[in-house]
Amino acid sequence: MIAFTVNGRPVSLDAPGARRLLDVLREDLRLTGTKEGCGEGECGACSVLIDGEVVNSCLVAVGQAEGSDVLTVEGLERSGALAPLQQAFIDHAAAQCGICTPGMLMAAHALLQETPDPSPDDVRRAIAGNLCRCTGYTKIIEAILACRTRAT
Amino acid sequence: MAIPVPTESPAGSIGQAVPRRDGRAKVTGRARYTDDLVFPGAWLGRTVRSTVARGVLRRIHFDPAFDWQQVVVVTAADIPGDNVVALIRDDQPALAARDIRHREEPLALIAAPDRDTLHLAVQHLRVECDALAPVLDVESATDELAHLTIEKGDVDRALADADVVVERTFRVGRQEQLYIEPQGAIAVPTEDGGITIYGSLQCPYYVHRAVTRALGLSAAQVVVIPAEVGGAFGGKEEYPSLVAIHAALLAVKANRPVRLIYDRQEDIAATTKRHPGIIRHRTAARQDGSPLAQDIEIVFDGGAYCTLSPVVLSRAAIHAAGPYACPNVRIRGRVLATHTPPSGAFRGFGAPQSQFAAELMMEHLAEALGMSSIDLRRRWMLRVGDTTATSQRLAESVGTELVLDAALQQARPMALPTSPTLRRGRGVALAYHGSGFTGSGENKLASRVALEYTPDGEVRVLTAQTEMGQGTNTVLAQIAADALGVPWDRVTVVPPDTSTVPDSGPTVASRTVLIVGGLVAQAAVELRARLRTDRPPIRVERTYVPPDWIRWDDAHYRGDAYPAYAFACVVADVEVDLDTGEVRVTDLVAALDPGRALHPPMVEGQMEGGVLQAIGYATIEELKVDGGRVLNDRLATYIIPTASDAPRIRTVLVENPYSGGPFGAKGIGEIPMDAPAPAVVAAIHDATGVWLDEIPATPEKLLAALVT
Repeated sequence: MIAFTVNGRPVSLDAPGARRLLDVLREDLRLTGTKEGCGEGECGACSVLIDGEVVNSCLVAVGQAEGSDVLTVEGLERSGALAPLQQAFIDHAAAQCGICTPGMLMAAHALLQETPDPSPDDVRRAIAGNLCRCTGYTKIIEAILACRTRAT
Repeated sequence: MAIPVPTESPAGSIGQAVPRRDGRAKVTGRARYTDDLVFPGAWLGRTVRSTVARGVLRRIHFDPAFDWQQVVVVTAADIPGDNVVALIRDDQPALAARDIRHREEPLALIAAPDRDTLHLAVQHLRVECDALAPVLDVESATDELAHLTIEKGDVDRALADADVVVERTFRVGRQEQLYIEPQGAIAVPTEDGGITIYGSLQCPYYVHRAVTRALGLSAAQVVVIPAEVGGAFGGKEEYPSLVAIHAALLAVKANRPVRLIYDRQEDIAATTKRHPGIIRHRTAARQDGSPLAQDIEIVFDGGAYCTLSPVVLSRAAIHAAGPYACPNVRIRGRVLATHTPPSGAFRGFGAPQSQFAAELMMEHLAEALGMSSIDLRRRWMLRVGDTTATSQRLAESVGTELVLDAALQQARPMALPTSPTLRRGRGVALAYHGSGFTGSGENKLASRVALEYTPDGEVRVLTAQTEMGQGTNTVLAQIAADALGVPWDRVTVVPPDTSTVPDSGPTVASRTVLIVGGLVAQAAVELRARLRTDRPPIRVERTYVPPDWIRWDDAHYRGDAYPAYAFACVVADVEVDLDTGEVRVTDLVAALDPGRALHPPMVEGQMEGGVLQAIGYATIEELKVDGGRVLNDRLATYIIPTASDAPRIRTVLVENPYSGGPFGAKGIGEIPMDAPAPAVVAAIHDATGVWLDEIPATPEKLLAALVT
């Protein structure tokens, strides 16, 4: 049995440890917000957080998640209310086709947890592993910068 | 008779940044793309492809060591209808029966209950082909897929009389759409012996027609429902018909739902690309710069099958002279077949290729004349009352000067290079792009839309337009609401489903806002009138009738090619590393005349995304084909710009309403792709003194040019 939490809820699975975390999330747990774009860690559509770190879930064997906290896009809302980052993506029209959006949100969430007041270049670096083909990144970066909180 | 399109917006959603209709579903992960849909008992499908670029299929071997009862296999012999992917010419088989024309030619299909069984089955199947010598280079190809000629004035006489004649040859590369969601379709057999297709696709009625034909079913037996589409850019215009036919063939034989979802490698290797090609220009001017003649020859590599090549060539040729008013123009275009995976639709549809050449030609001519290319453009560019290459007289909404002035005004002083091996430079390019199908195309499509007013006051918009990120669902709701005079949130845009929505044509060709949006606006005006006398439910339908001034001669390719054109100007600043040959775009201003911007942030979003695709096209993106096989078929080897590579793209919207568009709007989906590549290459010249007449301007090409 492999045990970990997903979006705060404990999960225990009787799954081969070598299965991709991406498949376990999408197929076993029906958390289809996490997307597959390339299957080899290049596009970032499958980004999730493991203990706060961004990972490409297509490259992570589910066994590696044992005992950890996994956060997916479905875990960003708080009691039905959008997280500020999600609202900012709507307000700035930062999601077009939307297929990169969940991964992009996870990378941005991790950045803002670590660096609450990032520079535009910090943002570009933080999402450089998440490919978007629709937006030219301009509005995505604006949306993330709108969620900065100044250090006190 | 056409109903006048309202240009006032009483309810006030037009021009406002209303929240996107699909925003909430997309930021929460609840939007359902094809691979997110669950069908209990569904099997997984896979396509078995050729191993040779050209040849004859001899046999398919089924290894007896594998139990073939566990899976379903489909070959050409199993196709119940016509073995074609119905589009323009019936040349492409759904599965090759004998002749193999490209390395990724589908030969057989397999479906299995799970991944492991599917994988084993594929390993135990072997295709035996006799290889033939392939034609891989367009310059040695002879099999013509399409040709056309546009003529205006007397080019030969003008060339003979000219003070200055400049000749150049340009080359453009094979570009991959690289939508982040790969191709996929799920076919579900229905009780009436029919099939329902769910998929990632732009044109539900194209898929409907192709599946109906290949499966030998009646129109009523086939239903096509697009799922949420994770990017398309033309790549999901015609190719999904093939994916859907394959999924349907497997589902019928397996008598259960079958999922056929491509992985990235298969998607890059097998699906359609932007046509690569060669474009030759001879341009003549007087010593003072005034235009005399443009003589242009376009040769595109169409790949193995016709697909949409005749239409791509048409758009390429019509735009090949650029947004300029030259009295004598001759444009000859050909698409030739090679034994490579078929070329097809990609945002811009031939115009980015031909306008890359046209814009660099302005640079070369300016250099020959010793004048600034901006001054030269001002002398040449189309203004109201001028005629285009197809002899179309432009009566209104010609934004050349507006976008050129706006872009130049927003450009900032260039920063100095930060190291002695770096050089900086600036380039400018101008472009135009026609909205809608070419010439008589919209006439033939005769698109239909419907509007319904329910007893509880809901307005329902029914069209076949797909939301693929560009904002269809939001903008059609805005148009309906404001034309009807109701609040925006009273309008529902019904998701396309061929069993419930009328055929409003494909979601392509910068046509959704101008053509379909125009129909929605007309229907809303009629509905508003009906509401005064009739009691809901009320349904209003409209069929497209082109403006009465449109004249088009298909035989001579002359006349009003498009009802309206969008215009754009790009100013690009680059930094070139002389040691590595790397080019970085450091700043980019894109000015756009969209007619009216119905939703400014979404229009900017179209511009920003298209600009970055075009920067990739200009600098790093090229699919390499060797021996008919795609070499860089992975995201690690086919590189697209990341957030770290991208400049901050600054979009300026210059409104310039078109009286025939809904609320003054024109189509803007494709024009973002047209101007950036020539601007970037001109900027590289400004930085280094080197002209590259070939894109992508890769470090290898640039370093080679720098040493010569």
